[in-house]
Amino acid sequence: MLLFIMAAGLSLIFGQMNVINLSHGAFYLLGGYVGLSAVRQLGNFWLALIIAPLLVGAAGLVIERFLLRRLYGGQRHLEQVLLTFGLALVASDLIQWNWGAYVESVAPPALLAGQIPLYGIRFPVYRLALIVFGLALALLLWLFLDRTRIGAIVRAGVYNAEMVSGLGINIHLVFAGVFAAGTALAALAGVIGAPITALYPGLDFEILILTIVVVVVGGLGTLKGAFWGALLIGMADTFGKAYIPEFSLFLIFAVMAVVLLLRPSGLFGLEAWSR
Amino acid sequence: MTAVATQLGRVGTWVNRRRQWLWAAFFIVGLAFPFVARPYHLSLTIEVLVFAIFAMSLDLLLGYTGLPSFGHAAFFGLGAYVVGYIASTSPLALGLTSNLLVTVPIVMAVTAAVALAIGFFALRTSGITFLMITLAFAQMLFSIAIRWSGVTGGSDGLPGIPRPTLGVGPLSYTFTSRESYYFLVLAFFLASWWLLRRIVNSPFGWTLRGIRENEQRLRALGYNTFRYKMAAFAISGAFAGLAGMLLVHFFRHASPENLYWTTSGQVLIMLIVGGTGTLTGSILGAAVIRLFPLLVSTYFDRWRTLQGLLFIAFVLYAPRGIVGLLRGERDEEAL
Amino acid sequence: MSHLEVVDLSKAFGGLQALNKVSLAVEPGERHAIIGPNGAGKSTLFNVITGEAAPTSGHVSFNGRDISRLAVYERANLGLGHTFQRNNLFMGLTVFENVRLASQHRHRVNGHWFRTVESFSQVQEEAEAILAQVGLLPQKNRVVSELAYGQQRALEIALALATAPKVLLLDEPTAGMSPGETAEMVQLIGELPRSLTMMIVEHDMDVIFSLADRITVLHYGQIISSGAPDEVRRDARVQEIYLGA
Repeated sequence: MLLFIMAAGLSLIFGQMNVINLSHGAFYLLGGYVGLSAVRQLGNFWLALIIAPLLVGAAGLVIERFLLRRLYGGQRHLEQVLLTFGLALVASDLIQWNWGAYVESVAPPALLAGQIPLYGIRFPVYRLALIVFGLALALLLWLFLDRTRIGAIVRAGVYNAEMVSGLGINIHLVFAGVFAAGTALAALAGVIGAPITALYPGLDFEILILTIVVVVVGGLGTLKGAFWGALLIGMADTFGKAYIPEFSLFLIFAVMAVVLLLRPSGLFGLEAWSR
Repeated sequence: MTAVATQLGRVGTWVNRRRQWLWAAFFIVGLAFPFVARPYHLSLTIEVLVFAIFAMSLDLLLGYTGLPSFGHAAFFGLGAYVVGYIASTSPLALGLTSNLLVTVPIVMAVTAAVALAIGFFALRTSGITFLMITLAFAQMLFSIAIRWSGVTGGSDGLPGIPRPTLGVGPLSYTFTSRESYYFLVLAFFLASWWLLRRIVNSPFGWTLRGIRENEQRLRALGYNTFRYKMAAFAISGAFAGLAGMLLVHFFRHASPENLYWTTSGQVLIMLIVGGTGTLTGSILGAAVIRLFPLLVSTYFDRWRTLQGLLFIAFVLYAPRGIVGLLRGERDEEAL
Repeated sequence: MSHLEVVDLSKAFGGLQALNKVSLAVEPGERHAIIGPNGAGKSTLFNVITGEAAPTSGHVSFNGRDISRLAVYERANLGLGHTFQRNNLFMGLTVFENVRLASQHRHRVNGHWFRTVESFSQVQEEAEAILAQVGLLPQKNRVVSELAYGQQRALEIALALATAPKVLLLDEPTAGMSPGETAEMVQLIGELPRSLTMMIVEHDMDVIFSLADRITVLHYGQIISSGAPDEVRRDARVQEIYLGA
């Protein structure tokens, strides 16, 4: 489910702006750390849940406005990707500078701690809550994209940004919004996920890789793709870890390779953009 | 910004006119270097030369064929581990031989073969998807290295790699000293550079450039572009493997970091900063990026941040790299 | 000389029937023009023949051989050369380098990785000859992105010619050209050897009537009329399409 939230953000940013945001993972980590600091300062998990995405999303807005925007127009997609890579590097280093290099484990909020018996297994409440939250978020996002006007604009932009701009809608605002939203989603995932994944330097990249695999498998640019991709990869991961722990990671990539061979644009993806 | 660019352009013209003299100078410096330089600097230079080979191999793929690979460390690290496995005296490895006559062909063959295997899947995509796929495949190899501790030594890697030997029977020489290793790497560097230059200026090299410029048109002319991309991928991988091998022979240790994305990222930064599509750019980039921490860390602790910022600056303002600036090209749009 | 044939070709894009059981044959050495109003299906027909698009049904045959399943590059290697409606060149390379890429393939030397490309004198000379033929020799060292539109169009043809095709397919060669440029292009095409079978998709009537041996008129994906230029010109249905309401 975590993966889904991450994948949704990444996929949207890609679909809208044809940019693969390699700093997406960094935003996850940043969100997590900001959330951690917020909890430490304010003592409240729920507040952190709101603050972190807002702050990080704002940072995303700034980045989009001042850096990414310079690379619009023409076929400069590769350079955009490189830019996000540079950002990821800088962010990674700065994060380490500010929060240290040790592994920080984060406790889930008191309300959701503990385990409950489910089908004979003791299941952590927090993970259950996460699944519920993930599903709720998926529903929300779907409703937003499918039913609201803004959602329609975003989806139209995924197909053809120029057209949307031609219709008189301020495409820059849309781009900025999408980028900020995607970033905020990543940060949200960071805050929620911290109790499960812990926080440490290097996590940003591990999460990024998994997210990329999900997005590639599920298909770029669609929410459905992000959802089913996350589900598929998540299951592969779980089963892999359970039965062949040494090769679970390998299994995930094998799934990706197979999907690529059969359907290069992902299971539910739109035409894979190239160049 | 413009002023800097113009000045660099002038430097470029100056350099271009005195090319012969500069070659001679480099030649002399290159030969005399180990006898005048401090050991630490010699080690750094060896690293720079190794990474120059690595960068040139990626340039063939990215700069000339237009395939943005973010997983080139896969081949670099593979070369490291293959030679480590063959030569290392650690209990995990075979410890068979460290004779270059044996190891070089094996390393290059294995990396080329793996490149073909990966390419078979990855080359069906292009552009950004290709970037992500190559990244993922490289991570796959990394995860194998980390998890399969029985063979690869896990996160400890393979220590105990001896310095290489060259020759047969009584006529063999072991490059134990740092100075001798420098000459070995220099020789490999010059040979790689020479070979890659020939490849790049051959009809095959021009086919690759055609793929970069307009693959669809090339297919309309009758080229089976997939085959050429596979070939480029394999050659590129082989040279990367060679570089990896040379690195670990020097440090006597192969570690998973050789396969990690940071290594892929490093070489990519080297290419962008130095300039893609020109082998010289790769060499310059390797030098600049490899020496960067050394130059910066006396003043500023967070050299990684600085390097990231430098990289961003180049991406935004000088996407053709240092070589581009020297040639007097400027990015008109960004300025 | 070669023979190109299209049999019962249909192509549907979802609900839109772009081509409806189109059959035509281009005789060896013939210059065959395809005309029709916008949306008639000319481009679709062109793309199916070249291989850039796949038909829904029907087949394409070249010298008696069914090529419907072959990829673009395979058809090119059989001798089917084609140009593009919108300039599709190697923009970052020079004019000479562009044509040389085509020449080196024709001479089957692109596998060579050791000798420099300049050392293949046959390739170099032929590229120069082609450039001279289309009148681009003075431009040979200029980067394509700097060329005038008409010159780029000429380069399009040069590229296709350099592969020594048996059948040349031209997609609106005079698209977007001024009258002067059009006249030059017509002359260029007119001077091409008669042994080269040609199929030209065009809009410009004057061009058609000065170059074509036979004309086929498409309308809404179907053939309305086909025959010698004078016949077609006098055909009432054709007149209705072009002059009628």
